[in-house]
Amino acid sequence: MLDIQKIRQDFPILNEVVHGKSLVYFDNAATTQKPLIVLEALANYYGHYNANIHRGIHFLAEKATSAFEATRHKIQIFLNAPRVEEIIFTYGTTDGINLVAQSFGRSFLKEGDEIIISTLEHHSNIVPWQMLCQEKGCVLRVIPINDAGELLMDEFEKMLSERTKLVSVVHVSNALGTINPVAEIVKKAHNVGAKVLIDGAQATSHIDIDVQALDCDFYVFSLHKLYGPTGMGVLYGKTEILEAMPPYRGGGEMIKEVTFEKTTYNELPYKFEAGTPNIADVVATKMAVDYVEELGKKAIADYEQELLVYGTDALSDIEGLQIVGTAKEKVSVLSFVMEGIHPQDIGVILDQQGIAVRTGHHCTQPLMKRLGLVGTSRASFAVYNTKEEIDKLVVGLERVKKMLG
Amino acid sequence: MTINEKQDALIEDFDLFDDQLEKTQYIIDLGKKLPPIAEEYKTDENLIKGCQSRVWLHTEMRGERVYFEADSEPTAQISKGLVSLLIKILSGEKPEDVANADLYFIEKIGMSTIITSRRAGGLASMIVRMKDFAQKQLIA
Repeated sequence: MLDIQKIRQDFPILNEVVHGKSLVYFDNAATTQKPLIVLEALANYYGHYNANIHRGIHFLAEKATSAFEATRHKIQIFLNAPRVEEIIFTYGTTDGINLVAQSFGRSFLKEGDEIIISTLEHHSNIVPWQMLCQEKGCVLRVIPINDAGELLMDEFEKMLSERTKLVSVVHVSNALGTINPVAEIVKKAHNVGAKVLIDGAQATSHIDIDVQALDCDFYVFSLHKLYGPTGMGVLYGKTEILEAMPPYRGGGEMIKEVTFEKTTYNELPYKFEAGTPNIADVVATKMAVDYVEELGKKAIADYEQELLVYGTDALSDIEGLQIVGTAKEKVSVLSFVMEGIHPQDIGVILDQQGIAVRTGHHCTQPLMKRLGLVGTSRASFAVYNTKEEIDKLVVGLERVKKMLG
Repeated sequence: MTINEKQDALIEDFDLFDDQLEKTQYIIDLGKKLPPIAEEYKTDENLIKGCQSRVWLHTEMRGERVYFEADSEPTAQISKGLVSLLIKILSGEKPEDVANADLYFIEKIGMSTIITSRRAGGLASMIVRMKDFAQKQLIA
């Protein structure tokens, strides 16, 4: 059993007062808050061993380099990746997807090839592929969903053919919380020889990730949704594919030898990490992963499911409120609409009561269109949230109804 | 009343409430009194882009003064209230006064995050469009 009150003490921001009320932070799907050990790691890095990494021979450079590479090892274990060089540091999920689109996509996809995504995708897993399709003449196909927000796997199977070169799907929907059957998707895509990228932005803080069990070709995520710093992401890719992919950004770090005539590129993972990386945030990332592992992924998931069930029941009792996204498998995300009330107004009035939720299309405009909505309000729970806070949300929503009804 | 006198009077009204929720309630109630925009003005051209909620703005010049009519979709009640405040302050004023108006009332009534935040965005765009229209009259 997790001691939630003790966990809350690890997150200083939870003591903030907004609009004269204690903060209730339910915008965790946008970004989670950071525990003290992450904040201290950032300060400690800048205060004691800030240096540029890899080429320096002095003490600080050595220390910074080993802390930087320690995070790579940590992530390798976190994802159960076979090799450490398969862990590429990026600036976030979006950056990872763009890397694959620009490097893998531009090199290996040609006119008429098909890329399959799903209706649940965030814009960041739509637009890079559209840009690629425009450039290469590829075709973008979209797996439809049912009204609960679950992928129609039969339709997906029908789409697969020898033309399918890449399937890029979200592991967990940011707008609805649906957990997609990604292992099955990978298997079916591999049967037709397609590669698979999984957008794990919303998954890593809730679900145990094992890239070998999933057998995915790429897995991308952001650390700031996993109690870590912003501006830090990971691209995992299978060695043989990463080896075959050309670098997509040129600069320092990514080279072996440069002459004006010709440049030879560095090995994995450095081939894809041009320029001085985001050292401080990479270093602090290790503490975020340590923190999550110490609490235990299973214990976190169990507790968040408890919050989800409690929240679903509590919100369902509010007359005129409808929960959007009722997949059988979902993480602790509650999207909802209220009859006759604009999501933005819900967000504003909750904010004035100290409750932070997200409103709007959640960067999933095609999904909102499919659901016939302009947007939703979304409360997303993390390990430091409590049932008492959900009770406050219910009171807050009753106030919304009273003010706007 | 000048634009600033109107703003000051409005700020005074809002000062009667201590609580931000009460201020918001007042805005919602004011929105309910906003006369609806004529259907013919609900065109794509008059639609303010970048709004979480849809807002239409019709602008016109009558004599020496600029006039505005606006409306939001019916469920967006806070937007509607804020739209009504902007109209109250700016409609019927001289173009140069509208173009140069410093709308300090927004912050004073605690609504700056709603009006200026990028996501909520549209009302800021509406102000820009009102001022642009006024500016164009000055050039013409």
